[in-house]
Parts: sequence; structure tokens; C-alpha cells
Amino acid sequence: MAAESVRTEDLVRTFKTTRGELKALDEVSVNVKPGEIFGVLGPNGAGKTTLIKILCTLLFPTSGKAFVQGYDVVTEAQKIREVINMASGGETPGYGLLSVEENLWFFSQLYGIPNDEAEKRIGELVEMVGLSDKADERMNRLSSGMKQKLNLARALVNDPMVLFLDEPTLGLDVLASHQVRSYVRGWVDSNRDKTVLLTTHYMAEAEELCDRIAIVNEGKVAACGSLEELRAMVSKGVHFIIEVSYLGGKKYEVESIPGVKGASVTHSQEAGKSLVKLALDSESAIPDVISHLSSLGSKIIMLQKSEPTLETVFIDLVGRGIE
Amino acid sequence: MKRALMSSFITTFVRPAFARGYIRVVGASRIMVDVISESTLPVLNLAAYVFTYRFLGAPAEYIGFVIVGGAALSFWMNVVWNMASQLYWEKESGNLEPIFISPASRMAILLGMAVGGFVNTTIRVTLTLVIGVAVFGVGFDPSGMSVALPIFLLTLVDLYSVGMMFSSLYLMYGREAWHLSALLSEPFMFLSGLYFPARFFPFWLQLIASAIPLTLGMDAVRRIFFNDPGLWELGAEVVALVVMAPVLVFIARRLLAKMEDLSKREGRLTLRWQ
Repeated sequence: MAAESVRTEDLVRTFKTTRGELKALDEVSVNVKPGEIFGVLGPNGAGKTTLIKILCTLLFPTSGKAFVQGYDVVTEAQKIREVINMASGGETPGYGLLSVEENLWFFSQLYGIPNDEAEKRIGELVEMVGLSDKADERMNRLSSGMKQKLNLARALVNDPMVLFLDEPTLGLDVLASHQVRSYVRGWVDSNRDKTVLLTTHYMAEAEELCDRIAIVNEGKVAACGSLEELRAMVSKGVHFIIEVSYLGGKKYEVESIPGVKGASVTHSQEAGKSLVKLALDSESAIPDVISHLSSLGSKIIMLQKSEPTLETVFIDLVGRGIE
Repeated sequence: MKRALMSSFITTFVRPAFARGYIRVVGASRIMVDVISESTLPVLNLAAYVFTYRFLGAPAEYIGFVIVGGAALSFWMNVVWNMASQLYWEKESGNLEPIFISPASRMAILLGMAVGGFVNTTIRVTLTLVIGVAVFGVGFDPSGMSVALPIFLLTLVDLYSVGMMFSSLYLMYGREAWHLSALLSEPFMFLSGLYFPARFFPFWLQLIASAIPLTLGMDAVRRIFFNDPGLWELGAEVVALVVMAPVLVFIARRLLAKMEDLSKREGRLTLRWQ
């Protein structure tokens, strides 16, 4: 077994755009160990999908190296394809006119799995993702949640050593998201030599599922470690949550206040409230923040010092929220 | 060693090719309206030519020409519009990623698509032929069937190899490649002599037309069934068709590998709505 399931060394990927060159990945170096669920957390456009595509042999790196199960993604792509699979959230690969079972059979044949073995595995997978009663149903008659479950079953059909999940719960409701996360956790727990690398921009998902997390922003890895390690990285700072009356449409620019390392503001117009999450160098910055918010005509409803969560860690390290 | 190679061939080529062909046939057969319309509507097109020839007082064999040409046209259209653009549609429907991250041979996928398309089209063409022959009362020499059928199949192998070649272009260029399909439709229909004997072309045009497998295949089949003098000697046409098949498959394979490589460099392999 390779010492690392996934390893990248100074991985760079650029794209030519009409506005010049875009650096989607900028010297990304990560190591993922066997048996881990490794999360890549970052906002849209951070480079998460580019990373997965390179590791899945769908894209060449511009420079740097990447290895999956010890195989080079450029020179040993065929060997990698034998041991990986991938599922992307919001994608529903498959053929609408075929049934759930027929679709899974087709994808099993891409791995040359003998029919009797494929049949057995498909039976287990549809049961695992709760689609047993839909096994004969055509794919185009499934709901979005069911399609995503089918997508996950498809990605497990070859029993991969490394499973890549790109935003696996994107667009799913709370229940379906929870179920998908449970299947992933269950799969790794019952196969300790397997590895999952998942990208997400949902904090809760990363917090619930991942053994270690790499926080990426603008193509760079801002930090990497377990949740505890990430919290420890920001232990010198303090974190506050301030609930204020609705700030929508106003230039709040809290980040520019001295002592504020990062801020994330979310609005709820219906409730008439905004939530300001702050990462500060010290508590001494709070009076300035309050006076700034008050100067905008906003009333302070609640002020609370918080323990560092993944979200506040993200704000602390990146300087802004993930939204 | 030999056993391992055989096992790898079955795993990465035979099973994926069979699966891709199978689902294409099964999927297409589930829209009965399509099966019926694609079998019966081409008869209207044939009828237009048949009535024109009858009005002009053309020999009775020309009706047979039209029927055989109509059958070949269905295959050509399947190659140009369906087979060639298949990888493009796989990309748009999100299936290209799972296919390309699997160890399955890309050529196996193309072969599966080709065979699946061939089976589907054969079913539709057979129905068209039966209707056409019954309605227009075409007479032909059935004793030539044993020779004509292998030649026709050989022509189709060449045609679907052309389809494999163009699939690679669609993989890279997406919708831009539609223009190519358009280019391959009308001009090729004309040059192939689908509705008239290509021997009426000037010599230089006959030479150009002979580079198209469809021209040679049609010419040979018509010679056998309707005693047409034809473009070239039958043997020469068969040799040309036999030589074309491996050459076209080879080009298709190289082109596909090249386009996949280029797409990965440029980041266009899974880029949608190009």
C-alpha cells in the first residue's frame, strides 16, 4: 500500500481566459493518508474542482507533481483509473431511459467487472443508498436526491481505493445531504484502507465528515490539518458573533477596522437581521466594530464571544467568509 | 503473460464495448415513436425520387437504386449526426467524466457506440426497405445477396470508422464540430451517388467520389443487384474498401488519443456548452 493515497507537490494549473491567464491552482501541496476522509474546503472558484480533475486524470497540471496511490497522474494515468472513482454533486451521470440497475451495470462494465460479481455488488449498493425499491425505475423518473444517491452508488461500483467527491451534497435538501454523508462515513468506516477526498464549501459538511481539512482560497492552501489543529492555528485571536438589525445594501466594510482579521456577514431580510462573524487580533477591537455598525444605523441585538469553529477559523485564515 | 493480456483485453475492451453497444440499443428501443417515425418517414423521401424517375421514364432499375441509396443514407446520417457527436453528448449529459476516469479503452467505447448505432439503424433500415420494396415493387436479383451483403457490411465498417474519427473532433471542438457534420451531409450525399449512379460524374469527380467508402460500396452493391456497369471493377472496389477499414480505424485511434491529450492540456475535456 502506498504511504500516501494522494500526494501533490507544488501543483500549478493555469487556464487561458479572455482576460489573460487564470491561476486555478498555485503551488498546492497536500498529502492524504489511507483511511482518511480528507476535505478540501473553499469558496467557489478556489480551485477545488481543478484539483480533483487533475487527480482523476481528466486534466494535466501545468507544473508540479501529483500522485494517487503512488502513481503519477500524467505518466501512469491508466493505473490510477483502475483504483479510483469520482462523483460530482449536481451532476447526474447516467442514461435517463435506463433503469437504476441497468445504469449501474453499464458503469460496472467500464471496469470489466464480471456480470455475476457486478450483479451482487449492484444489489448491495442500491440497498446501501436506499434505492432497492427503485432498482427497476428509469433514471429519468428519479428525484434529484435519488439521482445523487445513484451517482454515489455508481462511484462505488468498482470498489475504489480512492474516492473523489466533488461537492457531493450540492443542491440536495437537508435530509438527502445527511444521508449521503452517512453513506460516505459508513463506507470508509467499513473499509479502513479506503480514502475519500472531498471538496465542499459547506462548513458543516467538512466539520462532520472530514478527518483533516485543507482550506483553499484563490488556488492556494491557506491551512491544512485536523479541526483541532486548525482551531489551534487561530488560538491567538478571538472570535465574536454579532447579531444586528438588517444591514443589507449598506457598505459595512467591517474588515477595514484595525484589529479585525476577517469578517463574514450574512443577511436575513425576512427576519430583519444580519449576522456578523468576526475574527479579531484581540477583544480591544470590539468597541470600534460596535461604533462602526452603530454609525451605519444598525442596532446591536446580540454580542457573543465564540469558540473557534471551522467557519471562524476560515474567516481568520482567509479574511472573509466562504459565501 | 498471454493469459494476462487476454484478461486485460476482456476487462478494458470487450466488456465496455459490449456494454456501450447494449445500452445504446436498449435505450433507443424504448422510444417506440422514434423507431416507427425513423422507419416510415424516410419512405417519403424515397417516394419523391421514385416518382421523379417514373415521371422522367427512367429504367425500372433506378427505383432499386433509390431504395438501396435510401438505406445507405440512413447509415450515413447515423454516422455523421449520431455516431460522430456521441462523445459530445456524453460530455453534455455528464457521462464523459465517469467514462474517461475508468480504465475502459476509449476505442472500446467508440466501437460500442458504432455497433449500437449500427444495430439500431439496421432495424430501422430493414423496415424502410421492406416498406419501400413492397410499396414501389422493386425487382432485384436475390442471387447476388451472398456477395452484396459482405460488401455492404464492409462499407459500413468503413463508414463507422469515419464516425469514430469525427467523434474525436467533437470531443475537442464540441458544437463547433456541427459545421463539420453539415459539411459531410449534403456534399457527401451528392458525391456518393446515393440517388443516382456516380458513373455519370466526370472522371475527375469520380476519382474524388471514390475516396468516400459509401460511393464504392453503393456502386458495388448496385452492380450486383441491378447489373449496373459501375464506376470501377468490383474487385478493385472491394480491395479499396478492405484497405480503407484498418487505415480509418488507425487514424481514428490516433486522432482520439491526440484530441484527448490536447483537451486535457487546454482544459476542454469536460468543459460544457462549447
